[in-house]
Amino acid sequence: MSPLPSSLLSDTALIFGRYARQTLSSKFQVLFGVLMPLLFLFFFGPLLTDLPLDPKTDSWQILVPGLLLQLALLGASFAGFSLLIEKQTGVLERMRVTPVSRPALLLGRVLRDAALFVFQAVLLVLAALVMGLRAPLGGVLVGFAFVGVLAAALASLSYALAMNVSTPQEFGPVINALTMPAMLLSGLVLPMTLAPGWLDLLSHLVPLRFLVDAVRAGYVGDYASAAMLYGVLTAAALAALSLTVGARVFRGADA
Amino acid sequence: MAIISTAGLARSFSTKRGTVDAVRGIDLTVRAGEILGLLGPNGAGKTTTLRMLTTLLAPTGGAATVAGFDLVREPARVRRRIGYVAQAGGVDPQLSVREELITQARLYRLTKAEAALRAEELAHDLDLSDLLDRACVTLSGGQRRRLDIAMGLTHHPEVLFLDEPTTGLDPGSRAGLWDLVRRVRDEHGTTVVLTTHYLDEADELSDRLVVVDRGVVAAEGTPAALKSEYGGSPGASLQDTFLAITGRAPAPDDAIPVAV
Repeated sequence: MSPLPSSLLSDTALIFGRYARQTLSSKFQVLFGVLMPLLFLFFFGPLLTDLPLDPKTDSWQILVPGLLLQLALLGASFAGFSLLIEKQTGVLERMRVTPVSRPALLLGRVLRDAALFVFQAVLLVLAALVMGLRAPLGGVLVGFAFVGVLAAALASLSYALAMNVSTPQEFGPVINALTMPAMLLSGLVLPMTLAPGWLDLLSHLVPLRFLVDAVRAGYVGDYASAAMLYGVLTAAALAALSLTVGARVFRGADA
Repeated sequence: MAIISTAGLARSFSTKRGTVDAVRGIDLTVRAGEILGLLGPNGAGKTTTLRMLTTLLAPTGGAATVAGFDLVREPARVRRRIGYVAQAGGVDPQLSVREELITQARLYRLTKAEAALRAEELAHDLDLSDLLDRACVTLSGGQRRRLDIAMGLTHHPEVLFLDEPTTGLDPGSRAGLWDLVRRVRDEHGTTVVLTTHYLDEADELSDRLVVVDRGVVAAEGTPAALKSEYGGSPGASLQDTFLAITGRAPAPDDAIPVAV
């Protein structure tokens, strides 16, 4: 009974359109996510400018990639909340009883999230330019790509979790318990090169570490580095795994 | 001709305290064009049965054919032919009536132009034309229910499933909804399967009643036949009949419907 690919594409576009319109109708939703990274940028960024983080680069080139991925991490991980609301209002069941492609119900939402967080990332980079960031255009674009892929992967997992719990009280703590260590251990705020050996080692167990290292490499124009290669591979693997898990959950008859 | 037939349809859930058999084995035959009422106390398995028949929940036992297709093997074909209105309804409160009707039509694979036309048509049929550009949240209870039903009728389904369609409505809106359900059946020959725990609704609206209790069919027949057989006479109240069948009232006065 797998649906034809053409219906998967058109259904995904339809679902994407619905949620994109919904998002655009709420300026609050469009802008809110960028608030916290902006606070970091304005009130934390200036503390780093004279610190000897890395003699080869400027502190903004280290901080901004971290803030971009933090934006995706903290935003997309909570994407499932909206699905919990739609379970309560019956919207999800109403859609699931139509012939709409099941994976499209996931993909349309995930693409909306990716687009939203890339847009917020653009705003953040514009603000960072004002603060003093200078980085090659290619690296900045690579950064947006990482934001999009990470947001899609995490949103997918977040929706999969939301399908399997029934209340925000079950959902919120799980997400908090996972995002906080991920943020600290991946060196989003300060690079793990400053860390003692054991912490640096531990951080390599967190996939996000490889992504942030890759974006930092991009921001100094180091496109052919090992960091970039590992980052791309990790991001691709994470996205493939997350979307597979998400699609499986959305296909399930009982979810 | 049977448009729905089930044999031993069952569903159990595993919980921390062990397995719960929400539906233990439902044998049901619904004829095309009839209005069938599923009546039962809270927790009897009405909603679970409906969610299985609408492909939302996989049965853990038994088999069923809905609108000519096997429920388990061909859910996509079943979905094209059925409409379902859940207790919760299923519209986004912030979106407009028009947007929801159009999206629903597009989910049934109508083109943009066809979907816009169908939204107008449905709004006209269900007396929602003046409300098309209002946000769903601003509708009254009765208007919301009409919208929910419009959503379920988008694709001219052969079978329409309604879960507790009048819960929470005032008496006037309830009567209006009953008329609407009859009209849908009379004009389009749509088979209607509805759950309720309101005895007057079951009595008034259904051609035939199926009393579900503890996950099985406890009795079935026309309201009059059930009253004669279980209540003692054709003039017996459905309340007494119901008590005779299940040994308890359909639902306490203040009961909140429970969805499983």
